[in-house]
Amino acid sequence: MQIFKNPNYDFVKYRWPALIVSWVIISVGLVVMFTKGLPLGVEFSGGTIVIVEFDKVPGIQQVRDAAGREFGGGENLVVQNYGPASDRRVMIRAPQAGREAGAELSRPAEQIQESLRTANLGNFRVVSTEIVGPVVGQDLTRKGVLAFGLSLFFILLYLWFRFQLSFAVGATLATFHDILVTLAFLVFFRFDLSLNVIAALLTMTGYSTNDTIVIFDRVRENLRSKGREGIRELVNTSINQTLNRTLITGGTAFLAVVVLYFFGGEVLKGFAFTMIVGMITGTYSSIYIAAAIVTFWPHGKGGARIAASAPLAPARSTTTARQRKAGRGARAS
Amino acid sequence: MNNLRWRILLTVGIIGACLWAIIPPAQKIRLGLDLKGGVHLVLKVNTDDALRLDAETTAESLRTDLEKAGVTGAAVEATGPTELRVTGLQPGQDAALRQAATTLVPMWDRESGVGGGYVFRMRLARQTQLRDEAVRQAQDTIERRVNELGVAEPVVARHGGAQGDQLLVQLPGVSDVARAKEIIRSTAMLELKLVEQGPASSKEGLLAATGGQVPPHGQVLPGLQTGSDGRAETVYYLLGKAPIVTGRDLRNAKPTLDEFNQPAVHFSLNPEGARKFGKATGDNVGRQLAIVLDNQVRSAPRIDERITDEGRITGGFTQQEAQDLSLVLRSGALPASLTYLEERTIGPSLGADSVRQGIVASLISLLLVTLFMLFFYKLSGVNALVALLGNLIILLGAMAYVGATMTLPGIAGFILTMGMGVDSNVLIFERIKEELEAQRGVRASINAGFSRVFVTLIDTHLSALIGAAFLFQFGTGPIRGFATTLFFGLVSNLFTSTFVSRTLFELVLSRRQVETLSI
Repeated sequence: MQIFKNPNYDFVKYRWPALIVSWVIISVGLVVMFTKGLPLGVEFSGGTIVIVEFDKVPGIQQVRDAAGREFGGGENLVVQNYGPASDRRVMIRAPQAGREAGAELSRPAEQIQESLRTANLGNFRVVSTEIVGPVVGQDLTRKGVLAFGLSLFFILLYLWFRFQLSFAVGATLATFHDILVTLAFLVFFRFDLSLNVIAALLTMTGYSTNDTIVIFDRVRENLRSKGREGIRELVNTSINQTLNRTLITGGTAFLAVVVLYFFGGEVLKGFAFTMIVGMITGTYSSIYIAAAIVTFWPHGKGGARIAASAPLAPARSTTTARQRKAGRGARAS
Repeated sequence: MNNLRWRILLTVGIIGACLWAIIPPAQKIRLGLDLKGGVHLVLKVNTDDALRLDAETTAESLRTDLEKAGVTGAAVEATGPTELRVTGLQPGQDAALRQAATTLVPMWDRESGVGGGYVFRMRLARQTQLRDEAVRQAQDTIERRVNELGVAEPVVARHGGAQGDQLLVQLPGVSDVARAKEIIRSTAMLELKLVEQGPASSKEGLLAATGGQVPPHGQVLPGLQTGSDGRAETVYYLLGKAPIVTGRDLRNAKPTLDEFNQPAVHFSLNPEGARKFGKATGDNVGRQLAIVLDNQVRSAPRIDERITDEGRITGGFTQQEAQDLSLVLRSGALPASLTYLEERTIGPSLGADSVRQGIVASLISLLLVTLFMLFFYKLSGVNALVALLGNLIILLGAMAYVGATMTLPGIAGFILTMGMGVDSNVLIFERIKEELEAQRGVRASINAGFSRVFVTLIDTHLSALIGAAFLFQFGTGPIRGFATTLFFGLVSNLFTSTFVSRTLFELVLSRRQVETLSI
C-alpha cells in the first residue's frame, strides 16, 4: 500500500507564499499576545484555582457572584465549567495567591469556599486546589526557558556537526516557527499556558525536529550521489522521496492526538490541542521553513561543499531506487 | 543461524526482564500525584533564622569570655543574621577582645570599628554551611513528621537545585491538608526556662522591679493565663535567657491527661537533659519554671522538688492538639521557620478520572495505529506492532527499575516516544519498499532498508536525547518527568525498531526461501 507512487511535486515553488502565510499567523499572534497578554496558567502567573463538584450545579453566573464576594466582584475571577456538564464540576480561578507569609498563602482558596458555603448554592466538594505563590512561577519560567534554550542550542550544535550550518539553522528556526505559531493558536483559542501545555510544546518540537532531520538526512544522502544538481532540486527531490513516510507517520500521530483531544478528559484538553496544532505546523515547517532555509542559504557552487562535509554513513551499500531506474546512480558494493 | 539465536535470546531476555519488573502494573508503576491524588507542597526554609540563632549564641559566648577576661561595660550584640557588634570597649581592652575572639576567627571576619567598637561578620563559607545544614535538618525533621502521620510513600526532597533552600513535600492520599500543613510547619521549639519575675499583666508592671529595663541575661515573653473570671488573658514573664533544657534534650513525648482530666503532653528527657534538668531544679526549689513553646509561655508551674527526667506540658489543649504537639516534639524542632510557596491538592476522584480517560484514549489510539500499520504494511505491520509493544514494555520496565513516577507530563514523553517508534518503522519499511521496487532480492532489500535508515535514526534519536538531557539537567519537576520518560523511551525505541524488528524479519527469512515480502 502506497499513497503516492513516485511523487514529484514542486514543493519548493511555494516557499515564498508559505513564508508569508507563516508570518501573517505569527504576527497576528504576537499582536494579540502583546495586547491581550499570554494567558498563563497559575503555575506561571501565581494564583489560586479551586475546582468544586456540586451535587447540582447552579448557574455559572451565580457561582461567579458568590465566589467573587471577597475579591471585589465576580468579574475578577475566572469561573467556568470543568469538563462535561455531567461531571458537575466548576473551576474557579482567582488572580493573586495569598501573601507568602505563613498560612496566608491558602487564604484565597479558603475565602472562595467560605463564600460558596454562605451563598447556599447546595452541597459541593472541593475536588482540587492549586495555589502558587509568585516566587515559584518566576522560578519555573526562568528555569524552563533556560533548559529549553540550552537544549535547542545543543541540538543546533549537533546538527551543525552532523550536517551543516544551514541545516542546523533551518531546523532551529523551524522550531521557533512552530512554537510561535502554536502559541498564536493557543492565544486565539484562549487556552491557558499550563505545565501540561508546556509539556505538549516540548513534545511537538521533538516531533518537528524529528521530521526535519528525516528530510535533511535524505538531502544529505542525495548530495552524495547527485551533488551536481542544484540545492533547490535536491531538496525538492528529497521532500518527495520522504513524502509517503511524512504522511503515514504524521497521519498516525495526528490521529492519536485527535483521539486524545476527544477522549482524554479535561486535564489533557490543553495538551491535546497544542499537539494537534503542533503536529500540523511541525510537518509543514520541516518543508517550508527548515528545508526552504537550506534552499535560500548561499551554498557556493551547487551542494559540493555540503557533500564533502557530510560524515560518512556506516552503510553505503544502497542508493535510492529511483536513481537506479534513471540509470544515474553509481552502484556500490 | 547462531547469530540469530543470540539475537532472539537477547530480545526475549530484555523484554522478559522488563515485563517482570512491571507485573502487576498497579503495584509496580508509581503514579504521580496528579494521577493518584494527594497534597503537593513547596516550602521555603527561612535559613536566616538558623544564622540568627548562631549569631546570638556566638554573641552570648563572646560576652561570657569577655567577662571572664575582666572586661566589663562592653556590650556584645547580634545585629543581624550574619553580624555581631561589640561596643563600649575601654581604651586598652582591645587586646583582651582579640584574645577572647580567637575562637571566632575561623568563622567570622573581624572589622575594626571606631571608638572602641568592633564588627564581626560571618564568613561566606560558614553561612553556606549553616544554611545547608538548616535545610537538611528541616528535611529530616519533616520526613520524620510525615512518617509519623502514617502517609504511604511520602516524598520530602530538596527542590530547585542542591544549593536551594526549597523543599518539596508530596503526600499521596492525604485529604486533611490543613492539619498536614500545620504539623509540617510547626516549629515546635520547646524550652524550659527559669522565671525571674512575673507573671504580670503588662510589660511595664513586670519590669518595675528591674528599673524598666530588661536585664542583660533576661527576656520578656508572653503567656496565657486563665483570669479570675475564667477568661484567658495575656500575661508577661521575665525569664532567664538561657534555657535549662530544650526540645533537643527530649527522649519522648506522648499525649496524656493532666490532674483535671484535660489533654496534656507528657515528655521525658534523655540522660544528658535529665542531668541538666535535675541540677537546675534541685538548685531552684520554690521558684517557677516556665515551659516555653515557640516563644510563648504555655505554663509556669512551681518547682516543688528536684525533677530529673520527666515533665508535662499543660495549657488548654484539645485532644488533637495534644496529639499533634507530641508528634512534632518527638520528631524534633525545626532549625528555622518555613514558608509555603506552592500548594496543590488533587482529589483522588480527579486523578482517577485522568487515569481512566488517559487509558481509554491510549487504547483507542493504539487500535487506530494497529489498523493503520496493518493497512499500509500488511504482515510487516505485525512486525512493527511487536516492536512498538516491546518498546512500551521496555520503557515501563526501565521506569519501574529506576523508580520514576508516572505523571501527566511524563505521559507526554511517552506519546512522543510511541510516535517516534511508529516513525522509525515507517521509515524502515518505506525504504525496504523502495529497494524492493528496484528489483533487489527480499533479503538484500531488508538489509539495505535497515542499514541505511539506521543513520537517520541515529540522528533523530541523538538530537532528541541531547534535548532530553538538557531538559533534565536544568528543568524542574514536571519538565524533568518529561525528560526522564523521553530519555528511556528513545533508548528503548532505538533498540526495538532497529534490533528487535530486524530480528523478526530474519526469523521469517531463516525458515524458508522467501520470494516476496508482505509489506
